[in-house]
Amino acid sequence: MKPAPFDYYAPTSVEEALDKLTELGYSGKVLAGGQSLIPAMNFRMARPTALVDLNKVKELSYIKPTADGGLAIGTMTRDSVVEDDILVNERFPILVNTIKHIAHKQIRNRGTFGGAIAHADPAAQLPAAILLLDANLKVLSKSGERWVKATDFFIGPFMTVLEPEEMLAEVVLPPMAPRTGASYQQVSRQKGGYAQAAVISTVTLDGSDRVKEARVALFSVGESALLASKPNQVLAGQVPTAEAIEEVAAYVAKNECDPGTDIHGTEEYRRNLVHVLVRRALIDAVQQAKK
Amino acid sequence: MAEKYVGKSIKRNEDRRLLTGNSTFIDDINLPGMLHVAIKRSDFAHAKINKIDVEKAKALPGVVAVYTADDLGDYWRPGPLQVPPPSVIKGAIFNARPLECIAKNKIRFSGEPVAVVVAEDRYIAEDALDLIDLDVEILPYVGDLEKTVAPDAPLIHEDLESNLAADVVQEVGSWEKAVAEADVVVKKRLLVNRVAGAALENRGIVVNWDANLNLLTVWATTQGPIPMRNSIAKYLGLLENQVRLINPAIGGGFGPKIMSSQIDDVVIPWIAMKLKRPIKWVEDRRENFLGTTSERDQLHYAEIALKKDGTILGVKDVFYHNTGAYNPYGMTVPLNTQAHTVSNYRVPNFLTEIKMVFTNQMVVTPVRGAGRPQGVFVMERLLDAAAEELGMDKAEIRRINLLQPEDFPLRSGIIGQDFVEGVLDSGNYPYALEQTLEKIEYEKFKKEIQPKARAEGKYKGIGIAMFTEGTAVGPYEGCKVMVGVTGKVSVVTAYSNQGQGHYTTFAQIAADNLGVKVTDVDVVTGDSGQWSWGVGAFASRGITLVGTAIHNASLKVREKALNLASKLLETPVDELEMEDSVVRVADIPEKFISLGDLAMRSNPTRGTVEPGMEPGLEAASYYGPPHGATGFGSLGMIVEVDPETGKINIERIVITDDCGQPVNPMVVDGQIHGGLQMGIGEAFYENLVYDDYGQLVTASFMDYLFPQATDMPDKFEIIHSQTKSPLNPLGIKGVGEAGAIAPPACMMQAFEDALGLKDMFITESSINPSKLYHYVQKAKGA
Ligand SMILES: Cc1cc2nc3c(=O)[nH]c(=O)nc-3n(C[C@H](O)[C@H](O)[C@H](O)COP(=O)(O)OP(=O)(O)OC[C@H]3O[C@@H](n4cnc5c(N)ncnc54)[C@H](O)[C@@H]3O)c2cc1C
Repeated sequence: MKPAPFDYYAPTSVEEALDKLTELGYSGKVLAGGQSLIPAMNFRMARPTALVDLNKVKELSYIKPTADGGLAIGTMTRDSVVEDDILVNERFPILVNTIKHIAHKQIRNRGTFGGAIAHADPAAQLPAAILLLDANLKVLSKSGERWVKATDFFIGPFMTVLEPEEMLAEVVLPPMAPRTGASYQQVSRQKGGYAQAAVISTVTLDGSDRVKEARVALFSVGESALLASKPNQVLAGQVPTAEAIEEVAAYVAKNECDPGTDIHGTEEYRRNLVHVLVRRALIDAVQQAKK
Repeated sequence: MAEKYVGKSIKRNEDRRLLTGNSTFIDDINLPGMLHVAIKRSDFAHAKINKIDVEKAKALPGVVAVYTADDLGDYWRPGPLQVPPPSVIKGAIFNARPLECIAKNKIRFSGEPVAVVVAEDRYIAEDALDLIDLDVEILPYVGDLEKTVAPDAPLIHEDLESNLAADVVQEVGSWEKAVAEADVVVKKRLLVNRVAGAALENRGIVVNWDANLNLLTVWATTQGPIPMRNSIAKYLGLLENQVRLINPAIGGGFGPKIMSSQIDDVVIPWIAMKLKRPIKWVEDRRENFLGTTSERDQLHYAEIALKKDGTILGVKDVFYHNTGAYNPYGMTVPLNTQAHTVSNYRVPNFLTEIKMVFTNQMVVTPVRGAGRPQGVFVMERLLDAAAEELGMDKAEIRRINLLQPEDFPLRSGIIGQDFVEGVLDSGNYPYALEQTLEKIEYEKFKKEIQPKARAEGKYKGIGIAMFTEGTAVGPYEGCKVMVGVTGKVSVVTAYSNQGQGHYTTFAQIAADNLGVKVTDVDVVTGDSGQWSWGVGAFASRGITLVGTAIHNASLKVREKALNLASKLLETPVDELEMEDSVVRVADIPEKFISLGDLAMRSNPTRGTVEPGMEPGLEAASYYGPPHGATGFGSLGMIVEVDPETGKINIERIVITDDCGQPVNPMVVDGQIHGGLQMGIGEAFYENLVYDDYGQLVTASFMDYLFPQATDMPDKFEIIHSQTKSPLNPLGIKGVGEAGAIAPPACMMQAFEDALGLKDMFITESSINPSKLYHYVQKAKGA
């Protein structure tokens, strides 16, 4: 379990890093927290010929409030820093709850917020979280910057719209609407393990406790993180009754996810999990919204 | 009288060294000029080798040599059987096919070594593996335990008529008679899965050949240092004392590290002598999954015959045992299954048949439990099924069938892994059952807690299972005990230590007999240069065999010391006492001589000695029991199941374990904790899975789930019942495997109890939430 030979660069500024990435093209790869890339290299499943290590690029690590009440998070901010940040706890408690389910603290101390997104693991929490929260992503290259919506960022398992000479630089989260409740539900084989199915949802209620918006993100049950559309179609403008929620949950499990059978569970079982978890998440989110 | 150590939970002598990082493990050993080995392992499960092209690998800068079976010339030969089959069972068939250290003409399992690369560092060695071209003709893969012995199955060893590796029938009484007299016969097809003996540290070996001294020094993680030393000596044509085998600190064994005559101990020493350079091979985790033996994997067709009142009349169990591609470890595992199936109960008629089969999978050798969990799983599941059938309580059906204290010693009529008829030396099984039931509040749970939880929508269940643990089997172990000139005591044994606490428990026994502080006893394990006789760490035999040898040797040393002191102090021996590292006259405390001075005086350097005098306060001793000592116990668990998701929570675990006299109850607790966690792992997390082509799909901890601390309840509630073994002076029995035996049986019962579905019966020893969900769906008729 030793990696194949590779070159290693450790730039100290974004500019220097982007120069290196442009020069290397397809043979280069960004190294962030290394919690996914290094194991893949040790298994020789990934064989980049050169690494551009961003760990010395201090300007990529920050959490800043935005004027509208949202947040901007630099790509190299460690998961555990986001998790423990006071502002994040105030403005996006659901994000904190989500991050706590990523592996174990030791891994979150190294793993980065942007790295988990750029990695686009279909079983990872953060891609689903930024879909749910409708984030905007800042992408940099030597030729300039572009902004990509979270919903346009992921194109398949471990695949994003990033070009080899580009890097993800920042994730911007728009503010949560008032009277929004959120819930995180997952079933994994073990604490800290990848989910067999997981659901994160937000429900925003209006003054008469009808649903303004219901958002349901799923992960670990398809080729990438997913946003289900049925919940909002059915629930928007309605009182979220147990029956309506049950109908939505059953529909999402049947039609809006694509889990496979693996050594830990059958497709049938995992669809059942989606059914149960979407139901539990929506009921919980509604309750939170009413608080 | 000074305080005695045996029976006390004193802190471990070894922990300071371990916790401060001052132990040397195999990968810490680095010698000047050392080369590194990586092993090319087959990706194919079954194939004929046409050609192995290593030229590109050899040409890579930094590569020193590459070897295949052909390069070994006459040195290549299939290894000896590490454990022969017993010759005493009538009609038994055993087709011996020992391991090939490196595949020659044919590959028989995925992961089998085909070439060895030696390079300046491990990175280069692994780069070179990528450059080796394996040209093979792929043969059909056989992995199914029954299909492999079907008439049309492809042969794994072409010189055999079939893939049947062994067939052994043992019968006590008459199963036919039991059936004729029975009111009910319950039949089940039961499956036990395959698990890894995954230790924290993987295997490794470092070899250094000193041609000037004619000394081959081998550091190895083996659980059997002396047999491995002997095997290496024989292979290389050296005398035993020209091979010094040293166990460095070892991070867990759990069984697979007992194996020798593999590529590591056969080929790597040969290369070291050939290249005249020190060599290191340390297995990584992936390689451990692919290249290290594992266990369980049996399919049982089991039946139990009973009277209406629940009295057992007989048990029949015909089972397939997967030995993998070879059977170098003889019959140990399935014989253990036979010996542990009915061993808690009065079963007048018992028929058991082993059908050991070859498959294109990793070789099976003992993993903690070693056949015992299978037998216990079968029996306990049969009792649960019978209780359902008869409308009886699960505890009650056990209670009325248990062996009673007056039944011991009991000849079992079953030949065990030590090749002799099993004798259950002692026991009090009813006590063990009732202790657990009482502590876990079995009655209260059934009457109050469970119904109340159910009313709140919670599905809680309880399980109760019995087990025995045949421990401390022969042939023998030995040791040397010496009082040094400082008054400190040295205990040296070739037994190997993987973390069992020997540096403390062995020391406790010697300290008591020699009147010294336990911290003044230095224990050396597994160094053939210091002590060169012994067998190895398996079958929970260390404390009983080595412990008894230490007890006897230290008594001999005590006698020597007292005799010498008696002369020097001019006082009869019976007026002397040995305490606080001195021998003193009992009535005149100021008249004493220290042990250190006695040691000095015991080795006169001038003058003459009496005829027959033996120098030194030193003695050796060996101990070999006539048969094993049987530990036993009962396990109770309370679980909660979420029937919608199959998620579980283990709320309570209560175990009563009897290992005779515990030398250090805290160390015993540690063994039980680890064992329980492993057993729970087997039941709910760990599973070695092969795909349809014989590829191991669980070759990393991403896929092979290991039970974590967070999967365990807050505490394990342990009761030590203490039925002393009559076989040895301290009354001790082993405990290393106890915890790992009953969890699968107990957990399945608890799951069923929690869900309370009439027709739900779990037929496999390993399940997961998905399987649990499907069992529920099936029972509900969905
Ligand atoms: C034992 C263990 C358990 C884990 N469990 C979970 C879990 O339950 N859930 C979960 O979500 N994750 C889990 N992870 C993965 C962990 O969260 C990773 O940290 C994360 O997926 C990747 O982040 P990283 O910073 O380590 O990225 P790296 O491993 O450094 O990089 C991952 C990939 O992203 C690319 N990349 C990184 N940053 C950028 C960037 N700024 N621009 C462009 N490309 C970039 C890299 O080139 C690489 O291809 C686990 C990891 C381990 C070791």
